[in-house]
Amino acid sequence: MAVDFTADYFALFGLPRRFGIDEAVLDRAWHTLQAEVHPDRHASRPDSERRRAMQGALRVNEAYGTLKKALPRAQYLLELAGFGHGHGHGLELGHGAVASSTMAPEFLIEQMQWREAVAEARAVGDVAALERLAQRLRAHAGEMTTRLAAQIDERRDLEAAADTVHRLMFLDKLRREIDDALAALDG
Amino acid sequence: MALLQIAEPGLSTAPHQHRLAVGIDLGTTNSLVATVKNGIAVCLVDEQGRALVPSVVHYRGDGGVDIGVAALGARLEDPKNTIVSVKRFMGRGLTDVTHIEAMPYVFEETPGMLRLRTVRGSKSPVEISADILRALRARAEASLGGELTGAVITVPAYFDDAQRQATKDAARLAGLHVLRLLNEPTAAAVAYGLDNAAEGVYAVYDLGGGTFDLSILKLTRGVFEVLATNGDAALGGDDFDHRLYCWALDQSRIAPPSAEDARRMQMKARAVKELLSVSEEAPFRVRLASNEEVDLNIGRETFFEMTRPLVQKTLAPIRRALRDAGLVAQDIKGVVMVGGATRMPHVLRAVAEFFGQAPLTNLDPDKVVALGAAMQANALAGNRRAGDDDWLLLDVIPLSLGLETMGGLSEKIVPRNATLPIARAQEFTTFKDGQTAMAFHVVQGERELVADCRSLARFELRGIPPMVAGAARIRVTFQVDADGLLSVSAREASTGVETSITVKPSYGLTDDEIADMLRAGIDRAGDDFAVRALREQQLEAERLLEATARALETDGELLGTTERAAIEHEAAKLKALAAGGDAPAIGAGIAALARITDAFAARRMDRSIRSALAGHKIEEL
Ligand SMILES: Nc1ncnc2c1ncn2[C@@H]1O[C@H](COP(=O)(O)OP(=O)(O)OP(=O)(O)O)[C@@H](O)[C@H]1O
Ligand SMILES: [Mg+2]
Repeated sequence: MAVDFTADYFALFGLPRRFGIDEAVLDRAWHTLQAEVHPDRHASRPDSERRRAMQGALRVNEAYGTLKKALPRAQYLLELAGFGHGHGHGLELGHGAVASSTMAPEFLIEQMQWREAVAEARAVGDVAALERLAQRLRAHAGEMTTRLAAQIDERRDLEAAADTVHRLMFLDKLRREIDDALAALDG
Repeated sequence: MALLQIAEPGLSTAPHQHRLAVGIDLGTTNSLVATVKNGIAVCLVDEQGRALVPSVVHYRGDGGVDIGVAALGARLEDPKNTIVSVKRFMGRGLTDVTHIEAMPYVFEETPGMLRLRTVRGSKSPVEISADILRALRARAEASLGGELTGAVITVPAYFDDAQRQATKDAARLAGLHVLRLLNEPTAAAVAYGLDNAAEGVYAVYDLGGGTFDLSILKLTRGVFEVLATNGDAALGGDDFDHRLYCWALDQSRIAPPSAEDARRMQMKARAVKELLSVSEEAPFRVRLASNEEVDLNIGRETFFEMTRPLVQKTLAPIRRALRDAGLVAQDIKGVVMVGGATRMPHVLRAVAEFFGQAPLTNLDPDKVVALGAAMQANALAGNRRAGDDDWLLLDVIPLSLGLETMGGLSEKIVPRNATLPIARAQEFTTFKDGQTAMAFHVVQGERELVADCRSLARFELRGIPPMVAGAARIRVTFQVDADGLLSVSAREASTGVETSITVKPSYGLTDDEIADMLRAGIDRAGDDFAVRALREQQLEAERLLEATARALETDGELLGTTERAAIEHEAAKLKALAAGGDAPAIGAGIAALARITDAFAARRMDRSIRSALAGHKIEEL
């Protein structure tokens, strides 16, 4: 009966449980919920009520953080489907490579090529090259996201989706490394 | 502006008492206090009509303390005991502070936060800031004619946990009830956004006396959502002064100056810098106590040239914030300029060039932060009336939080720019057979090596049942509240035996020390600690009783008759207790009423959330 904060994140925001979401609807639902539970809405309320509201606010932000971005959203959907690839449970190899038992060898080669290109640009402090790589990375991640939508929402092929999730995990990690390198070069 | 539809939980039609709440901008150079009067935010001024209180504290030999304008003269006469820019020392050790060699103070090397030796004894930056806050509180109480219910204190968005905690401690020490620590650029955005009905993505560029912040916010229907923030907690107008000071020392070839002469030169440097914002040229002429004379002249372009690296230094944080927000400069609809140092023409020019648009300067860069803080304080105190503007602030944590792992690396638990409040947990395990304790080191910062991050706290989890290596499951939870303050807990869960510990990072001052200082301060003021504690309990009782009464009025049908009778019984008991003078008994009464209303409160929150979501669905259609 109660609003179940333990309900799945899609239900919490009143969204259908699928990969493709309307971001504007998500944002709006997030704002609506935070307007109820954010600590600032309860600042002059008794302690007990503030604690309860805080639990709600934490849950709502956790849910939003999970659904807002494609990668955690896909990971979460797989988890809900009982597919053993929850948050961050992907196998991580040394040097930031990401692998799963079913991973195609050409993806491992691809990963190496990406990493080499980034390492090279970073070593010589080539900001323009890093920015180009970041852009290529974004485009590639975009393709993976489109692929995920088809795999999860249309074909219901979660096996294939899990593979794409691993690719995205790698790209995400690489993107953070490029960002850090760019930030470091900024001084 | 189409504002978010939000109903204050259990908002009743009964008029309620206006609570005195203020916003305080505790600045490096200048501090201000503001409040909302008749729906309009105003800065509170002194008899001469001045809103700015110079952040200067003079500890006099005769035991007195002067603050603000009254302390200005002593900067030259008594530099060692006259503290300026104390904000730069908050939550900082001696090795963290730049240009320390040019400062006239006697520093004490202490673990954690540095301390200053003055005629009034050893002072921590927290105590010195508390003296400034006390002066602002006195101004507010005199002007508003009553005791303050609470205050919103602003901090640079890029302040880390140590600096935030130090600021909050200072406020507590000054006898203020802190409603919220609010990020300075966010406060400015509130004041600007509400006044101009702004919608869209804005950047706030705040260059003050000692700190630089850059925040990117999305404004939609009364929601101020910070997308990313970045900055430099040790970059501001003071650094421009310092360049000019070094230039003058170099040009005039005088002997290394005494503390007093250094102060004289620095004050001159600041005046010259400010003059160059409006004139092409300025004389740098000072007669020193050493009888030497500095007689120089400086052109605007020379000054711009020598400080260009400082201006450039503000661009890197902008690029980082944009990158984190996934935006480019062209996505920014407007750039709000805040802080006195943004009056420098070359700063304005650099920002205009970067964003490809003229920045917004149609607000008072000195006051906008305090005004925004006052608006938020008014809202948090519960003074908003039906029909008033309503808004919601969704702010972020500026710097990642992590734990030290093998090899001195930091494993990030909470990423920078995560929306607050946030809780994140991570599981760890033992690496030795029979291991019964585990040490944790909490750090903040973006760098990979722990040594390059700020150390916040160390703690140990003991009592782990002996198991083979790798079998224990220790769950460490980081929780960051809306103020950006962290608490950490750890728990061993694999055997059902729970051991848990909660640490709040502390920096030289423990909670007990704060309590002692508070007690001492109150004694000095002739106030009584016990009376104060009692009043706090009575206020909490009042809040709970009022909330309960409103809840019964608006949502009474959620209760059965016996439930309702039980609540009314406890409420009546608490009411009687609160009228008396027994603080512990009131505390017990509060706990009892809170316990018995717990399920009711849960049902009410469910209902309000559900109806909010239902309204939201209707809107979608
Ligand atoms: N006309 C001006 N030209 C140049 N600099 C100026 C001018 N007016 C003020 N400043 C500088 O602005 C700084 C003070 O700004 P402000 O009062 O906004 O800082 P603050 O809020 O005290 O500091 P912070 O926000 O960093 O804690 C000083 O360095 C001062 O010299
Ligand atoms: Mg300021």
